[in-house]
Amino acid sequence: MEALLTPAFGTVVWSTIAFLVVLFLLRKMAWGPILQALKEREESIANALNEADKARSEMAELHASNDKLLQEARAERDSMLRDAREIADKMVADAKSKAKEEASREADTARQAIAVERKAAVAELKAEVAKLSVSIAEQLIRTELASPDKQEALVAKLIDESPLN
Amino acid sequence: MKQRLSLLILVVFAAVCTPVLSSDSHDEHEGQHDAHGEFNASDFIIHHIADAHEIHLWGEGASAVHIPLPVILFSKEHGFDAFMSSAFEGHGEVRLAKRSSEVTYALSHGHISVQGEHAGHDHSDHAGHDHSDHAHIDLYDLSITKSIFGMLMMMVLMLVLFGSMAKSYARSAGQAPKGLANALEPMVLFLRDEVAIPNIGEKKADKFLPFLMTVFFFIFFANLLGLIPFIGGFNITGTLSITMVMAAMVFLITAFNGNKHYWGHLFWPPGVPLFVMPIIIPIEIVGMFLKPIVLMIRLTANISAGHIIILSFVSLILIFGQGGDAMAAGFGIGIFSTAFMIFMYCLELLVAFLQAFVFTLLAAIYFGEATHEAHH
Repeated sequence: MEALLTPAFGTVVWSTIAFLVVLFLLRKMAWGPILQALKEREESIANALNEADKARSEMAELHASNDKLLQEARAERDSMLRDAREIADKMVADAKSKAKEEASREADTARQAIAVERKAAVAELKAEVAKLSVSIAEQLIRTELASPDKQEALVAKLIDESPLN
Repeated sequence: MKQRLSLLILVVFAAVCTPVLSSDSHDEHEGQHDAHGEFNASDFIIHHIADAHEIHLWGEGASAVHIPLPVILFSKEHGFDAFMSSAFEGHGEVRLAKRSSEVTYALSHGHISVQGEHAGHDHSDHAGHDHSDHAHIDLYDLSITKSIFGMLMMMVLMLVLFGSMAKSYARSAGQAPKGLANALEPMVLFLRDEVAIPNIGEKKADKFLPFLMTVFFFIFFANLLGLIPFIGGFNITGTLSITMVMAAMVFLITAFNGNKHYWGHLFWPPGVPLFVMPIIIPIEIVGMFLKPIVLMIRLTANISAGHIIILSFVSLILIFGQGGDAMAAGFGIGIFSTAFMIFMYCLELLVAFLQAFVFTLLAAIYFGEATHEAHH
């Protein structure tokens, strides 16, 4: 039992030397590089994760901006279509109203021309009728008053008819 | 089914082993038989636990098979002397190695002394200290003993393992670990993230990590080596001298790294009434020394105790097996002891890790206390 509990001189000497040498060697050869490698790997993993996160958020941002762009484009297209339709409608309406106006103006001038023509025609007709009736009356009178009897009969008749009272 | 099969194998193994072990003890365990020729369990156990100058593989007395280890001795009178432990002849209580006409060394219970010309001197009554009647010679024993040999083996193993681990990191920088590095990395990370950083702090942990990791892996590997049977029963971390050296290093590192805050707390604890100071200050100072001492004793005692328990159950088989009339009891005890020993082995595997962890954790806590910055 005594042997177990008494520190032995040689053991203390050897274990001190061995422990210090091994501590020095391991520190130089093993612990330093191992801890360094572990730290580097942890850092690189953390970096990679960070970068992945960043890329993901960038991706999301890009996606959002894409969507926005698309929406804007769609809105612009819609507005352009609407404008075009409006312009077209307006053009059609304008053309229609212009045409109508033109047509009515044409019709007016036509009507006026017709009226002038008619007037002229009526005037001519009247003149013609007057000429004709004069000629007819001339003819008639000529025939009616060809004999002196007849001239007397007529005078008589006219005298009869006239209210000489 | 599987469990039943393994139980059956266990019982058969135990039953076969019992007579072999017991006959062994009956015929050859001369060294562990006391004056009445009976098996002496405490000698048997101490022999296996204590440090030795050779690695005892099997057999006892004349048929014992040993691996000899270098013996290195120094004394003012005879200078350095180095030889293999096989030079010690005989196999009794005291074994002698005759080096020259005037120097003969005596090996008794793991202790070497100079025999001088009084070669026939009876040493049986002083196992440890040599204070014989002739001129006393101070002998410094620098032998590579069993524990030191085991310690050196484990240190070489550590250098190889962690050296190649570091190389594999250099080879495949930034990649996932493979093979050996993959096996050892969780332990390294555990020590860094669960032991060093929480107790010392992220910034200062790097400074102490090499020591903590060296201590942890040395204790862990040495504990495991002690559990391998048939290779001489190494008890490295159960050797007081070795744990003492590690505890002393913990003490020195703590003392050298102690900041103003640490010493201030030690010699003038803040917030303590003046009349308590005469009690508190001595307690604090004693505590400073007590901490590493407890560290040393805990490790030695735990590992030795594990070995003692396992050996006690081996002894039980031997004790019950030696009497011819108690053979039946020997078989019964053999089965029981073997089962319990297997249980103890599993427990010791846990203890091997646990004690390494506890030693390292406490060392980290002490370092943390020493370097802790004041924040009040």
